[in-house]
Parts: sequence; structure tokens; C-alpha cells
Amino acid sequence: MRTSFPGSTPEQPALPAVDAIVVGASAGGVEALLKIFRTLPKRYRLPILAVLHVPEQRRSQLAEVFAVNLAIPVKEADDKETIEPGTLYFAAPGYHLSIENDFSLSLSQEERVHHSRPSIDILFESAADAYGKRLAGVLLTGANSDGARGIARIKEYGGLTVVQDPAQALARAMPEAALALHTPDFLLPLPDIGSLLVELERIAC
Amino acid sequence: MHQERDADIELRLLIEAIYLKYSYDFRDYSGASVKRRVAHALRQFELKTISALQERVMHDPSAFMQLLQFLTIPVSEMFRDPTHFLAIREEVVPLLKTYPSVKIWIAGCSTGEEVYSMAILLREEGLLERTIIYATDINPRSLEKAKQGIFSMENMRGYNENYLKAGGKRLFSEYYTAAYDYAIFDKTLRENVTFADHSLATDSVFSETQLISCRNVLIYFNKKLQDRAFGLFHESLCHRGFLVLGSKETLDFSGYKNKFDPLVKLERIYRKS
Repeated sequence: MRTSFPGSTPEQPALPAVDAIVVGASAGGVEALLKIFRTLPKRYRLPILAVLHVPEQRRSQLAEVFAVNLAIPVKEADDKETIEPGTLYFAAPGYHLSIENDFSLSLSQEERVHHSRPSIDILFESAADAYGKRLAGVLLTGANSDGARGIARIKEYGGLTVVQDPAQALARAMPEAALALHTPDFLLPLPDIGSLLVELERIAC
Repeated sequence: MHQERDADIELRLLIEAIYLKYSYDFRDYSGASVKRRVAHALRQFELKTISALQERVMHDPSAFMQLLQFLTIPVSEMFRDPTHFLAIREEVVPLLKTYPSVKIWIAGCSTGEEVYSMAILLREEGLLERTIIYATDINPRSLEKAKQGIFSMENMRGYNENYLKAGGKRLFSEYYTAAYDYAIFDKTLRENVTFADHSLATDSVFSETQLISCRNVLIYFNKKLQDRAFGLFHESLCHRGFLVLGSKETLDFSGYKNKFDPLVKLERIYRKS
């Protein structure tokens, strides 16, 4: 497990090539996500799929809020749409988001997981199924244990795993629950996670 | 891509076995969800492998009926997405009133919440008496529950809030009798309702209809099966008939996109072109 990522330097051991990034966050997640995604340049080419726990109201402004703050396109995930490169997708409130084996998205209203719908575990586990080792999973701040099982599955299938350092997270329960279940490749503060995402794209594309 | 995992092979075989033996066709359901449902069923059956579940289901029809309860997803509530029902009341009902009689198909009615919501709305608009509602589902246990019209009392407070937001004109409690922990719905609401077993995956159209409501069913289908369902709806609907979908369901990625016009796009209400 590495605990810093200073950016692209000759001393850095090589990162694996991935085709997609999945991100999960709960309490404190809006600020954390903004911080890491703001580092992404225009024409960033990896797709990013995110679950952020929000109240289950019918329409969420998440995509709009992030779109005005980021250089990359942002949208709420629609059922059966094909994942486009360089786009940030948010799971819709009240629906689980899954990735199918043909890299399309599907929504469902199965039971809540850890009282949450969308659930991070469901996104991460289905993403691991679809992408295998060509996937990076990032788990951030949160006050419950959603995502722990999912990120362990990503690791089990050979993907790259990143957990926010709980000491620096607004709510530490979620990263800590993940650490209790598996040892991630990286345990990082937010600025380093941003640099890592930039570097992952440089390698993959 | 990586080699197909053992569990994926077993899952395909199970789904095929169910189709061949019981004619329930889950082959074109969204894979990720089916996989989770089967994993959940395995834990409930206390079995280790999907192959073991297949063995059980093949030789024991009652085990299949049990599995079916896990494979179908009975998440429903009355007047779910109240603004959707408000839009039906305001935008669709005035047009439905121009028909001498109305046939409505509620496809995938599950345990009946959508049926009673629609019946209440139609009664308040003076349409229920000249409407026939076909309420269909693949799960016989859900249909049985829908026919009874008995729902848990603890949900009524939430349903009442939905009802009011949906433009309800009376007191929601006028529509049911409370008994112990249950709300028994007024049986006159279902006088013109026919509950029937029907599969969007294997069955065909059974009637001409003026309105079809199919909400939060199509998300469990892959594109191919979604298109089959849209085809049935298109065939069943009369000229300029109405199709209403769930809040995150859309015709946009379907081959039928150009055969329907959005009437209230945000509420997923379409009209046959």
C-alpha cells in the first residue's frame, strides 16, 4: 500500500492501464469529489462513474452543480445508455446503478444496501464484473460502510484500488470500513487522488 | 475481455433451464441485476453454487416458485412519483374523457399499488365506471396480492402524502378500511380490473388499449427485450394512445423512439405518433 502520489515522476512505479474509474462517496462527498475532479483537464478521456449518497428525492441537481464546476462533461446516468469516454456519470437518486458486461448502464430499484440506493457496493461489484482488472476504484469520505465490499471485489478481480486517508476524511467510517476488509493499492489524501486520476488517463490513453 | 467466469456460465445455464422447463424467460433481462438476485436467492436457499440451485429448481416446481419471488422485484408504492400522477390527471385525463369507453393496460403491476392509484385517480375524474383496466404481471403471487388489495397500514401515511401531491381530491383514508395493521382497499375500485398473467418477454398483445402504464419494469430488461415490449405497446395502443413509463425510463435509446411523441417529457408520458 502506498500513501502518497506526488504526480508523474520517473521514480513512480508504473500504474496499470485501466478503461474506467468508479468513485464512491457519502457524507462530505460533494466537497471531496469537487476537489479531485477539478484537477481533470478538458478532453480527459477515461469515463468516470460515481455514486454519491444523497437524499432520495426525485430529481437531483448533482450533475448540474458539477457540470458548472468541471472541465469534463457531467450527466446523470440513464438506463441502457452506452458509457462514453471522458464523461462523469452520477447515479440517479432512488436507483442503483450497474455496469453491464457490454459496458452499458442499467438502473434498478432493488433493496437498499446499507440503507442506500444508489449503493456504492452495487456499482463497484458490477463494474468489477464488466471491466475485470482494467478498472480503478476510489472510495472517499462517508459515515457508513457502503463501498467496502465493492472495493474489495475490484481488488479481487485485479483492479486498482484507492481509499481516501481516513485521517483526512470529513467522515472516516467509510474509508475505515474499506481498510478493515482489504488493503488498497493506495491510501491517499485528496490532492494526491486527483493527481493519480490524471496520471491514470495519461497511461491509458 | 477475461474468460467467462464459472458463475457466469452457471447463471446462463440456470436461466436457460428455467426457460425450457417453466417458460419464464429471463434470458434478456439486464445481467447485473439478475446476477445479484440469484446471488441473494442462493443465500436464502443456503446453497453454495448456482448449479445446485438449478438442480433444485429443475426437480421441484415449488422451489422455482420460491426463486421467482427473488427474481422479480416487488418495489412499489401508491402514487409513486406524485408529479407523474398529477400530469396524468391534468394532461391525459381530459383527452381520455373524449373516448366513450377506455381500456388501460398496467403492465408489470406487481402487488397492485399502481392499479389502485390509477383506479382512485380515474374515479375522482369520473372515468372509472367506463374504464376497463388490465393489470398484468408474471408473478402469480404478486397478482394474488394485487387482487386482494390489502396493504400494510404503516405505508399509508407516505401514500397519503403522495396522494395529496398527486392532486387527490378527497381524503385518502376514504378509499380503505383499517383493520389491525392492514388497510383493506374499497373493492369497488377493482370492479373493472382484470388481473392476468402476462409476460412481456413471451406473450403477445391481447387487446386494443388507449393507455398503457409500464413503470419501473423496463429497467430490468436489456435493449432487445425493451424493444419487444415497446413493440407490444405500440401494437396494442390505439391511434394517439398514451404510453407512460417510470421516471428513469426512456424511449430515447430504442428503435421505437420515432414512433411515439413526448407529451410530458419530464414525466415520461408519450403518445403514439
